Amino acid sequence: MAIGVKVVSRPIDEVSYVRATLGGMKRTLRHVFEEKVTTQYPEEKESISKRWRGTHRMHTTEDGKAKCVGCGLCPSVCPANCIKLVTGEDEQGNRYPLVFEIDEFRCIFCGYCQEVCPEEAIHLGRHYENAEYSREGFVYDLERLMAQTHPVCEMWDPADPKGE
Amino acid sequence: MIPMPALLEIAGPTTEPGFGVWLVATIVKMIIVFTLYMLGAALFTLAERKISAWMQDRHGPNRVGKGWLQPIADGVKNFVKEETYPDAANLPLFILAPMLSFIPALVTWAVIPFAAPWGSRWGIIEMVLAPMPVGFLFILALSSVGIYGIVIAGWASNNKYALLGSIRSSAQMVSYEIAMGMSTIPVLLLAGNVSMSKIVNQQAFETWNVLNLTVAFFIFLIAAFAETNRLPFDLPEAESELITGYHTEYSAMKFSLFFIAEYCNMLTASALMATLFFGGWDIPFTLWDNVAPHTGLKTLLTLGAFTTKTLFFVFFFMWIRWTLPRFRYDQLMSLGWKFLLPLALGYIVAVSGTVVTLDALGFARGSVPFHTGLILLNLAAVVILFNIVDRGRLISPAFSRLNTRDLDKLRAVSAPHRAPRVPESGD
Repeated sequence: MAIGVKVVSRPIDEVSYVRATLGGMKRTLRHVFEEKVTTQYPEEKESISKRWRGTHRMHTTEDGKAKCVGCGLCPSVCPANCIKLVTGEDEQGNRYPLVFEIDEFRCIFCGYCQEVCPEEAIHLGRHYENAEYSREGFVYDLERLMAQTHPVCEMWDPADPKGE
Repeated sequence: MIPMPALLEIAGPTTEPGFGVWLVATIVKMIIVFTLYMLGAALFTLAERKISAWMQDRHGPNRVGKGWLQPIADGVKNFVKEETYPDAANLPLFILAPMLSFIPALVTWAVIPFAAPWGSRWGIIEMVLAPMPVGFLFILALSSVGIYGIVIAGWASNNKYALLGSIRSSAQMVSYEIAMGMSTIPVLLLAGNVSMSKIVNQQAFETWNVLNLTVAFFIFLIAAFAETNRLPFDLPEAESELITGYHTEYSAMKFSLFFIAEYCNMLTASALMATLFFGGWDIPFTLWDNVAPHTGLKTLLTLGAFTTKTLFFVFFFMWIRWTLPRFRYDQLMSLGWKFLLPLALGYIVAVSGTVVTLDALGFARGSVPFHTGLILLNLAAVVILFNIVDRGRLISPAFSRLNTRDLDKLRAVSAPHRAPRVPESGD
């Protein structure tokens, strides 16, 4: 509306619609020949942070057993209550997990389980391609957690807060 | 019994073909042209996605057959999708509308000459589907029919957004139709004919109309964007405010037909621009392609010239689409009625005045002084248009200035206790 609108007289190259259009066309045409920025995802992947918290992985000892001693700290610290642990004991008195299941659907990937683990057994992985065809497929049992091979998350280090 | 004329009778490469040859040639031309045309329209969907991607520093579709099979994938998807019909829709019209918007764009192509005639052993074959003496009027008539598809689609959908879109489109297309028709009158003036072949011939032997009639070309270009509902004039669709306007309720292949219709319209408008202003199939700087003998090689080369020009304009349509934002509705209307229409009318007067003067001075059509006169007029018009008129007046700005009297009237209605406004200085 015209109420008190100030009309500024400007030079023609600022008010000309045709020139502005031509300028815009020049710019868009230049972009046609510029380097494309899209990452072609399945073929090439963006590098992810060392502190990326993805699907879990269970570390194993040299003889191929899980490092887990079934202490029960991770299920108790888990805020999403997604870890199911039943502890067993063998003849030598070594405790081991009879059942160790992580429901990756419930998991919020906070990384508390990795932080709390005294044996450095359970880790979050630097991994994100975890699609499944069913909900049940997201419940990872002990074999599956041990079979994962992806690199694991390096947790926050107070001495190196930016992870450099 | 009428004796059947011998089909494919042999005649010389300079004679008119017999009826049988004409019939066969027309059918063959129809099949080839419309096949290529539909294929082209399909590939333009890919071209648009690729070009838009490149302009935004992306790669665009490159998965289905390196991207080349993307139109086929889209087509298959659209064929197998469910067709939905709104409960309250007017079903016969709802089904008719996509056809109505699609067919005129296709049929317009019939009168556009796409190559030099081919002097075959069966006689001279015109490289145009229907060499009508009233070709240009036919195009004007059909481009108006194209509006019906959109209007009927919006009405039959029984949806408020669709209706708003179709109302907008009818207003827009009717407005720009006038400017478009007016902008082509100088072309007809110079050609002295409305047959498309004659217009091409006149340009081939004289100069391309874009050099003589730049302003007319400018108006035609803008009007063509509005007629084809392309950005920056895609107000009938307007995704942000009308959720794609007139085809909101359409799904599957019917939606796809509207989409194809848009690309067909674009292709036809590009071909028209090439024909009316850029010499059609004429190869520039040479007269070799315009004179007899009409060999097959000439036909192919001129077809190439025509295709190049048309494809350039198709690219131009896409280029503009990814450069300019959509106009506001009042800007669209004021540009059409307050700027393009008076400009076109004034230009007709100027051109016809010049032509009459040059004729009266005794300069023959096509002679050097005749064209010098026209080009001088054109230069003056271009300078006036792009340096004097185009000072923030082409498109109305974000505010519009009210008449002081109207403003007082409005104030009296809204705030009667206030005294009439005293004009401020510097206002």
